[in-house]
Amino acid sequence: MPTETSPWEEHFGSRENQSKAAQLGMWLFLGSEVLLFTNLFVGYGVYRYYYPEVFVEASKHLAAGWATVQTLLLVTSSLFVALAVHYIRQGRQFLTALVLLVAMGMGVGFLGIKGWEYWKHWTEGALPGEYYRLEDLPVQGGSLFFTLYFLLTGLHAVHMLVALGLLGWLVWGAVSGKYTAEYHIPVEVGGLYWHLVDVFWLFIYPLLYLVE
Amino acid sequence: MNELFRRMLFLPEQASTVAKDVDQLHYVIITTTMVAATLIFGTAAYFLIRFRRRSETEVTRKVEGTLGWEVLFVGLPLGTFLVWFFVGYHDFIRMQTPPPDAMDVYVVGKQWMWKFTYPEGPNAMGVLRVPVGKPVRLLLTSRDVIHSFYVPAFRIKQDAVPGAYTQTWFEVTKPGSYRVMCAEYCGLKHSEMWAEVLALSPEDYEAWMQEQRRGLVSRRDASPSAPEREEPYKPARQAARYDAQEPHGEVMYGERGTLAERGERVAAERGCLKCHTVDGTAHIGPTWRGLYGRRERLTTGETVVADEAYLTESMMKPQERLVEGFAPVMPTYLGELEAAEVAALVEYIKTLRGARLETIRSEGPVYEPIGGK
Amino acid sequence: MNPSAGSSQPDITYLNHETTVSSWLLTRDHKRIGVMFLVLVILALLLGGVFAMVLRIELLTPGPTIISAMTYNRMFTLHGVTMVWLFMIPAIPSAFGNFVLPIMLGAKDVAFPRLNLASVYIYVAGAGLTLFGMLWSGADTGWTFYTPYSTTSPTAVAPILLGVFVIGFSTIITGLNFITTVHTLRAPGMHWSRIPLFVWALYGTSIIQVVATPVLGMVLLLVCFERVFGVGLFDPARGGDPVLFQHMFWFYSHPAVYIMVLPAMGVITEVVCAFSRKNIFGYKMIAASTFGIAFVGFFSWGHHMFVSGQSTFGSGVFGVLSMLVAIFTAIKIFNWVATMYGGSIDLKVPLLYVLGFIFLLMFGGMTGVAVATTSLDVHWHDTYFIVAHFHYIMVGAVLMAFLAALHYWWPKMFGRVYPERWSFLAASTIIFGFIVTFLPQFLLGNLGMPRRYYQYPAELQWLNVLSTAGASLLAFGFSLIAVYLLWSLRYGEASAANPWGSKGYEWHSGSPPAPHNFTEAPRFEREVHDYTVPEAPRAY
Repeated sequence: MPTETSPWEEHFGSRENQSKAAQLGMWLFLGSEVLLFTNLFVGYGVYRYYYPEVFVEASKHLAAGWATVQTLLLVTSSLFVALAVHYIRQGRQFLTALVLLVAMGMGVGFLGIKGWEYWKHWTEGALPGEYYRLEDLPVQGGSLFFTLYFLLTGLHAVHMLVALGLLGWLVWGAVSGKYTAEYHIPVEVGGLYWHLVDVFWLFIYPLLYLVE
Repeated sequence: MNELFRRMLFLPEQASTVAKDVDQLHYVIITTTMVAATLIFGTAAYFLIRFRRRSETEVTRKVEGTLGWEVLFVGLPLGTFLVWFFVGYHDFIRMQTPPPDAMDVYVVGKQWMWKFTYPEGPNAMGVLRVPVGKPVRLLLTSRDVIHSFYVPAFRIKQDAVPGAYTQTWFEVTKPGSYRVMCAEYCGLKHSEMWAEVLALSPEDYEAWMQEQRRGLVSRRDASPSAPEREEPYKPARQAARYDAQEPHGEVMYGERGTLAERGERVAAERGCLKCHTVDGTAHIGPTWRGLYGRRERLTTGETVVADEAYLTESMMKPQERLVEGFAPVMPTYLGELEAAEVAALVEYIKTLRGARLETIRSEGPVYEPIGGK
Repeated sequence: MNPSAGSSQPDITYLNHETTVSSWLLTRDHKRIGVMFLVLVILALLLGGVFAMVLRIELLTPGPTIISAMTYNRMFTLHGVTMVWLFMIPAIPSAFGNFVLPIMLGAKDVAFPRLNLASVYIYVAGAGLTLFGMLWSGADTGWTFYTPYSTTSPTAVAPILLGVFVIGFSTIITGLNFITTVHTLRAPGMHWSRIPLFVWALYGTSIIQVVATPVLGMVLLLVCFERVFGVGLFDPARGGDPVLFQHMFWFYSHPAVYIMVLPAMGVITEVVCAFSRKNIFGYKMIAASTFGIAFVGFFSWGHHMFVSGQSTFGSGVFGVLSMLVAIFTAIKIFNWVATMYGGSIDLKVPLLYVLGFIFLLMFGGMTGVAVATTSLDVHWHDTYFIVAHFHYIMVGAVLMAFLAALHYWWPKMFGRVYPERWSFLAASTIIFGFIVTFLPQFLLGNLGMPRRYYQYPAELQWLNVLSTAGASLLAFGFSLIAVYLLWSLRYGEASAANPWGSKGYEWHSGSPPAPHNFTEAPRFEREVHDYTVPEAPRAY
């Protein structure tokens, strides 16, 4: 029978099976998450096809330089999360917590830049739908670009917040000694989630900031 | 036979040229369904009796599906369905392609009424008069939400979508009055959004049209088409619904010259003529003279025939398909132009035929009648 | 030997080993979660049924009868929303799937029991939000939420959209749980080729749920944003395209029909085998056609839009693909009937529902083929013909399967036997009532009565009256079922471990099963529904 303290659940039969199930479940969830974004990507594709010029012009209102910094932050943070999985497999709980904290710091940095960018759009009037006030670009197309921009980056930011919470929980678990060299399923699947959030950005970044 | 089936299946009268063909496929499919259902249930009932349980401890033989049976199970329905599909799709293409000699009527759906505008000028609320025996093409749009123009007796239906033009056509075979209904749910009075198609003999129709024209001429004045902009196109979310007790029978703007004449005014007021000429010389944009029906080469290398669809598209989404040699500078008029104004502009452009010699390109302006072919 | 007396029953069952309220509310037992879902979806069915009856009574006369046009528009929206999202989609997978799937695989539970419990509460939260929207001011957009009407309607569309969005997560979790369970928790001896077809059906359903639900969730959220913040994504005044919504909506909502129908087909397969005492005819074909439907279902959404102005060629492609779905369905119908060949058939109530299912699915499917032939659809689109067509599939077929499952697994779930004669009466009433309700609607559609019509031409009245009469029969049949099932819970005779003599794997456990399903590890020595030997399977 499973006891309150043991993280191993009896109905899986074996520990390998539990780990396998957790990974499979997470992958399915990630697949589902990817599809959450599809409508926004489809919408982007369709409206870019309707208003190609406006979309190119609108994307010049975005801070591509800072977005590159954000990208670097996220990619590096993913590296640290991968490192965390590596350390916990060796049972080094303190190091795990440390690298996770570094990754979280980078995530917070990412969100900080995002927030600053949002503030800039706010003052400029580059806002979605009926709040759109930019004068150099027509409402048709221009407002749609910023709608999609805010939806894509906003949905991504929400995922970042969730992922940050998840990492925080992992740090706490690692420090309190819940995860060991044998039992580290949460670190692995939590890490997967972080990578996914990272990958989303790798699609959003070129679409919104780079494509001409 | 046709009449018998039609009555058995409760189908409305067949008043258009396509109705009979559509119905015939209907009869075939329903008959086949009935036969197939009877066979399947006959078999099941036979098994039910033949193989009923005789004792509680009965065992059964294991029966595996063989490839032959499964091929039959797949092949039989597949073959039948595909035959139906090809017959149906053949009719569908016909229903989707207006014949070249069709006359045009612009249809605007609006909560909760239908407005019809003729290129010659007259327009009407709720009653669409058409001649019998002549194909009629409808160019539909909506001013608020999606509606659907449905005439059961003609077996046609087409959505009217705001911000876009769709088309359908029919040819009435016998004089009479036919009910038009809105088939796409559009709010409070969706079920009251009815209109009528009045099919007149060609002579009656001509007489009616003459009378309309006389009336128009006597009432014509030179004032700009201001009423068209009394109700600007509001963003959908801000437009008030339900509060407006829309008078059924409100006379749609118009009453001032033919649609083409109004188009001329709209072109001047909306600044179209700053970039487009009507005398055949190229300016910032392509000239309108001889534009309608011309085969234009696009920046992508494709060619397109400048028909109603392309002209309206160019107003709404000008950057989408650009004519070669012109800069992408035209702003979109989506939400700027009233549906009736678009119709008027298109009609105006259509009158600017007879291209001047110097504008004829190497391919020459090919007059493409509507609908291709 | 009488198979119904074959095996001993466990004394401690999942029902009686703990009885406190919190032991139910905080349970991680898939069986209790299944029962909780069963209660919830039946409540949803009741609510949707009340809405339906109000609609039918309103349509008794061509003009206003008992409610205003605005109320009518809200009623059909709420009827659709409740039936589709609160009842039909979770009904079979979340209630019966949760209960039966782990037992069929010989597992003690689903892979993630805690998530499974969470899915109940997410469903409750979503349903609560939807109900809140209904009570606040309802919605009058139709369950399809077409833009730009849904973004401009003055009613409380936003909470209902959010509610449906939340329920979507419950569906995703259930799907995720089932797929993982099938992959990791099969008992020894449970090869892929032995997995019961009900499980295969749930597996196919789960794939659609995981893939398509987030797409729907997002598009509903977009409509919600458009209403609350005016983002203008589907607003032509800002350059948006309202028809884009329809593409995004039907990309999910067409496969959603298969989320409803596939588990129903799985139930039918189990019941046909059990009561014909035969192995299924064409196991592989049925499993394969399940995945065929799940796959092709994603590429046929455009058949909802033949008259929306999409290209003629596009309509043709979507038409052909829709017919392929019908082929997979035809395969199943033929195989079910062929299964009865050479069997030992006992016409019990679940089998009666199966016959009803085959009949209704046959007509629902064939009219589906008829609408897929493009030219005919132009006349039928958005008329009562379509209403009748999808009610034949979604209500007729899915509800028949739901009732078949309820009666087939009732002894399994609660260890009680229901009165057979009453159940026959109820089943006949429901099947007959259904046909009386919806057959006239095909004819109304032929006559050209558009759907969602509050008022209609007077000459259509008698068909509408007939349809309402049928609906009252349906309501009577359902009340009958409610009465005798509730009665049997308390006064019904105790059931044997395997009252039907079925050799479905779920009957390996007791009826009702022990808390962890099996008292000793089950062994799967024979293929599922192998009736070549006389003994009933042992209850472990």
